[in-house]
This record gives sequence, C-alpha cells and structure tokens, in this order.
Amino acid sequence: MSKKLLWLTTLLVILALSLVACGSTTTTETEAPAEEAAEPTEEAAAPVEEEAAPAEGANQLEFFSWWTAGGEADGLNAMYEVFKQQYPDIEIVNATVAGGAGSNAKAVLATRMQAGDPPDSFQVHAGHELIDTWVVADKMEPVTFIFEENGWMDVYPADVIDILSYNGEIWSVPVNIHRSNVAWFNPQLFADNGLEYPKTFDDFFAAAETLQAAGVTPLALGDNGIWASTQLLETVLLGTLGPDGYRGLWTGETDWNSAEVTTALETFAHMLDYVNEDHAALSWDQAAQMVADGDAAMTVMGDWANGYFTSIGLAPGEGYGYAPSPSTEGTFMMLSDTFSLPQNAPHRENAIKWLTLAGSKEGQDAFNPLKGSISPRSDSDRSLYDAYLQSAMDDFASNEITPSLAHGAAASEGWVTAFNDVMTLFVTDRDVAAAQAGMAQACVDAGVCGQ
Amino acid sequence: MNSNARHERWIAFAMILPSIILLAIFVYGFIGWTGLVSVSKWDGIQPDYTFVGLDNYRQLFSRVAGGIAATRFYTGLWNTFFFTIFFLLLCVGFGLLLAILLDQKVKGEGIFRTIYLFPMAISFVVTGVVWQWIFAPGTESRPRGINALLGQLGLEHLKWGWYTDPTAIGPFHVALIPVFIAAAWQMIGYTMAMYLAGLRAIPDDLREAGRVDGASGIGVYRHIVMPLLRPITFSALIVLGHISLKIFDLIYTMTGKGPAFATDVPGIFMFETTFQGNHYAQGAAISVIMLLMVALVIIPYLIYSFRQEVEL
Repeated sequence: MSKKLLWLTTLLVILALSLVACGSTTTTETEAPAEEAAEPTEEAAAPVEEEAAPAEGANQLEFFSWWTAGGEADGLNAMYEVFKQQYPDIEIVNATVAGGAGSNAKAVLATRMQAGDPPDSFQVHAGHELIDTWVVADKMEPVTFIFEENGWMDVYPADVIDILSYNGEIWSVPVNIHRSNVAWFNPQLFADNGLEYPKTFDDFFAAAETLQAAGVTPLALGDNGIWASTQLLETVLLGTLGPDGYRGLWTGETDWNSAEVTTALETFAHMLDYVNEDHAALSWDQAAQMVADGDAAMTVMGDWANGYFTSIGLAPGEGYGYAPSPSTEGTFMMLSDTFSLPQNAPHRENAIKWLTLAGSKEGQDAFNPLKGSISPRSDSDRSLYDAYLQSAMDDFASNEITPSLAHGAAASEGWVTAFNDVMTLFVTDRDVAAAQAGMAQACVDAGVCGQ
Repeated sequence: MNSNARHERWIAFAMILPSIILLAIFVYGFIGWTGLVSVSKWDGIQPDYTFVGLDNYRQLFSRVAGGIAATRFYTGLWNTFFFTIFFLLLCVGFGLLLAILLDQKVKGEGIFRTIYLFPMAISFVVTGVVWQWIFAPGTESRPRGINALLGQLGLEHLKWGWYTDPTAIGPFHVALIPVFIAAAWQMIGYTMAMYLAGLRAIPDDLREAGRVDGASGIGVYRHIVMPLLRPITFSALIVLGHISLKIFDLIYTMTGKGPAFATDVPGIFMFETTFQGNHYAQGAAISVIMLLMVALVIIPYLIYSFRQEVEL
C-alpha cells in the first residue's frame, strides 16, 4: 500500500516537473516563430531584406497599464491599432492589472521593478508620483531625446514639461490631460431655484442654503476610498490660496500652518455640512448619478465625470452643466497619465517607437476622444473632441496650470497616502486644528517642509 | 532497527524534503526577511537596509502631535479585537444552533446543509462587494439597500448609517457591526458543519443513558453533548480566530478603512502604507505585529494538538 503511494507520488512529481519543463519550452517557442518567420522571407523574397531584418528574438512590446475597461481601455486599444499599423511585426503584450486608480497595479509594478523585471513601458501619473517614486530611485531613463527629436518642446506647454522634469531631464511622455477642479451641476435644479452656478465660496454657501431649504442635497460627494475628499479639498486650497500659494504648498514655500490654510480647512469643513450623509458609502460615479437624477445640485469631480454623464445619455449644457469649482476660475488643476521608459527595458527600441507614437498628434487624437481627456499638445484636432473637451482645451491653453494632489502630480505617493489618512479623520471629526497639524506634519515627513 | 525500516525512514525523509526546503525559503525565509526590513530604513522603492532599531515600531505605538500612524494603528488594533470577539461569538453561537436544529432529523436536511454551507464557497471579496451594497445607507430622501427595505417594512426607526456611521462607544466603532455580520454570514456554515459532524459522532447510547438517568432535553445537551463538543469549539475558534486576526479582503472590498478609520484593520494599513505610500519598513513592522498576534492564538493550539497526538 505504502509502496503504491510512493510510486504515485513519484509519478506526480515527475508529471509536475515535466509540466514546468513544458512551460519553459512554450516560452522559447513564442520566441522561435519570430526568428523562423524572419528567415524564410529572407530566402524566399530576397528584395524585401529590410523588412526581415528587425526581427531579433521576440519582437515584442510589453506595456503595463491599469486601463482595462470603459473609455480608457477603448482609447488604449485605439492607440494600439495605430501602433500595429505602423509596426505590424511588433507584438504588443498587454500586461494589464485591473482595478480603480491603479493601486493594485502599482503594487504589482513595484514588485516587478524591484526584481529587475521591468516592462518595456508603463503607465504612471505625471509629477511626483513619477519622479519621487521612480526617477529618484534611479529606475527610469530620461526621454528628453524623444521630445527633442520629434520637435515636441514647442507643442507641449512649458507648465507640463515642468511637471515632468527633474534634474533638467524629462522623464515620461504625457498622453492626456485631465482637470480635477470642475464642478458638475444640474442646470434644471439651479433654474428651478432661481440660482446661478456659484463662482465663489460665498455664492456657494448662499446657494447651498437655498438648495438645502428646497430639499436638495447641495453638494454630492462619493468619497469611498477617501481620495474624492482629498480632491475636493485641493480645489478649496486652490480657491483660497490662489495658484501660486497652492503650488507653494508642495514646495515648502507656503506655510501649512498659515492662516490661509486654516481658512481653507474651515471652508472645506463648512462645505461638508451640505454633503450627502452617505458619502462614505458612495463612489464618485454614484455621486455624479445623484446630480444626474436631480437628488443633488452639484459635485466636484475630475473631468472623467464628463464621460460618465455622456455615457448615461445626458447632453452637455442641458442634462448637466460644468464650470470651474468655486473660486478657481482661471486655474486649470491638472493631472496627466504618462508613459515611461524604465531602465533596462527588454525591448528598448520598441518602447521608444511606442513612446514616439504615444506623444504624437496621431496617437493622442486616437486615444483622447475615447478616454475623455484632452491632449497636452497645442496642435491637436479640435473637431474630434466634444463640447466639454473643447472648452477644457481653451482653458488649458489660457489658464494657470497647477498640479493635482489627489492624483499624484503635486506630491510623492508617501505624502499623498499620509494626507489621505489625515483626511479620513478630518472628514469625520472636522477638527480643523488637528487636520492642519496633521497636514503640516505630513509635509515634514515627506521631507519638503523643515521641522 | 532493521535495514528495511531504516530504508523506509530515509524515503520518508526524502519525500518531505522538498516541502521542508520550500517552507524554509518561502515561509520562514520571508518571515525573517520581513523582520529584517521592519528594523531597516527602507522608505521608497529602493531598498535601504540601514539598521534603525525599533524606530518603525515606535512610530506605530507612540502618538505624536500631527502624527496619524499611531492613531490609525491603535484604532486598527481595537477594531481587530472587537471584530474577532463578535465574529467568533456569532459564528459559534449560530453555527451550533443551526447544527442542533439540523440534527433533529429534519426533512430535507441535505438542502438546508447546502444552503448554510454555500456562502463559504464564495470568496471574501465577493461577499464584501455584495454586503457593501446591502448596507449602503443612502440618504434620508433616497434610502438604499437595507435601509430601503426597513423603510418598506415600516421599521423607519431601525434605519441608521451602517458602516458610514462614525459613532464610537469607547473604542468600539458601531460601523464594525455590518462588517462582522457579513463575515459571520460567510463563516457560520463552516462552524455548523463542524458541529454537525461532532453531534453525529456522539453515540446515541450516551444520550439515552443520560435520559435514563433522568436528564431533560436541555440537560442532555448541557451535560453530555456540550462537553463532548468542546474540542470542536476549540478548533473552530482557532481556525476562525486566525482568519479574523488577519482579515483584509472582506473589509478592503466592503468598507475600506471607513470614516475616521472606523473599520480599519492592520492588514489594510499595511497594504496602503507599503504599496501606496511606499513605506516598506513601516509595512514590514505592521506585518510582524500581525504575525505575533496570530502566533498568540496558533502556538497554544499547536502545543495542545501536539500533546494530544503524543497521548494517542
């Protein structure tokens, strides 16, 4: 009996080992066809030598992103299509990890990068998320040369290049621009209550009183996962401190203990009086749905909300309205997704081709209308974009540009995480002094503010 | 010992050698490595093994002005404590009750057993998402989930904010109640199955003997059945206890850290600080503390079961 068992186990072990062996042969097999395909063409059709030449090992491009659904996945696929037309012999390996704003994907990416197994290119938020996490750790290759070779220095705004730069080099190619300081409102509710959309905080509170008296939730918030609150606060900080004061918060020039910050936090705490009680249970799109349904008058959300409103069949200007969030007119709070070039990318040449496409007018105009964002390029084709996106283009071209905190542009990931923890308490206890102390400490811990 | 026995022993050793090696590397090796990281300065993507002593632990345990880490960590520990207590009570209580009911030779026992056991087959992630919808409170004018149901039943006064309610009674956050209800829903079937097996293993003679000696129905349970089920209660507490001490997936998908960390647990703190904040050393310190917590439960159990095996 025990002998039988022994044989069975041995057999299983052998089986397992051979499976492992098969696994490795399949990987070599995927590499093989490219070589085989290359050789016959050389012999059969001698004149087309050039086409056959580039096949060296597996001719792949491994791109890592967390865009797996909706408009962003469609946009990425559109960009893939353009790439396949240009380089039909490069196989795109889509290393996607699904989930939200990419927190799961980032964990996988970090593990791969630390193990020295980078993808050829990956998606990363512009600004400090890119620089403090990856560039400072010496994991990235600068892409300044791609910008220079393609003449992009002239078509990308200086503010954007600034956010992407560190030590005089540019570190990734921006593919889109989103705006976070947008208020989306229900025009019907405002008209019914004889109100104009509020441009300042004072107007906001006056309108909020009227709306609340009329039985409408003035401000919808869906801060499940807290970042929507952080994003709302960043717009209040911007509205209170102005663009320069706001930018200074992230460089140490503006004092976190200043009276202006106190005012901003008090304004934010007051705003929470007009927010739906169940905000902690909702996601941002459920908050947007409240506005669409007429349960709430407005919500402050990044302009991916525009895609949400159109997807539920509303027309811009009629079913929903949009405007800069209170007191932030004239400033464009930006965040941007960018594609990067890790050091030791296994297919560096292909990655450079991919980045060249991603930054080109053609690539961006394929991607952005579907993603629901605008191109950072000043020469993109306006006719491809809807009414909201065209207005965003105008603002982007004329406004002051500030980096978003909640989406990694303004501060390092460690700082954002600490800030989110402060917000988790602040949204509930509304203790301005404690929140201000926590935010000041987070700045110190991030190594930006002095003790 | 004859040569045959020695030979067999050698084969036995050879057979378990691969798993010993794998365990040594992938369990104990990484525990050791995590311990090492927890006393290092590693903050950011790039490893930095500079020794800093217990600084990372100190950050978790000492409250400083403006510092959130300790506040969050203490809240998480308290939440784990209460979650564990209530989760175990619900599972053991209802599991036993269901098992006793099923043991009454009811018709269609198989169907009931399957129904009660079924939630266990679902991943905690799915449970979390579904119960998040069920307990989403909605607003006064537009209630959602269970609040909408209560409203329709005319039980308006039972509506409350569920997991969005930041109220705390001492260190106990009421937002935890929906969470341990969801967790217990999933695991009650498991305790029921264990108890049912235990009940079936009790020979009828014993119960009859009890009855002959004049014990009432309840008396039979109190004096004969319950003492015999004690080892099963013990195993169930250990298995469920270690699940609840390191719970992550259910809470992460259902409520996250909750308002003012009302449903935060060390596992979520560890994940966020490590993989979102890139504070690897702090994350490792939290992991080590979680390991110690689970060890406090598991090691006595191992000693106990080891002793029993020796007695056999």
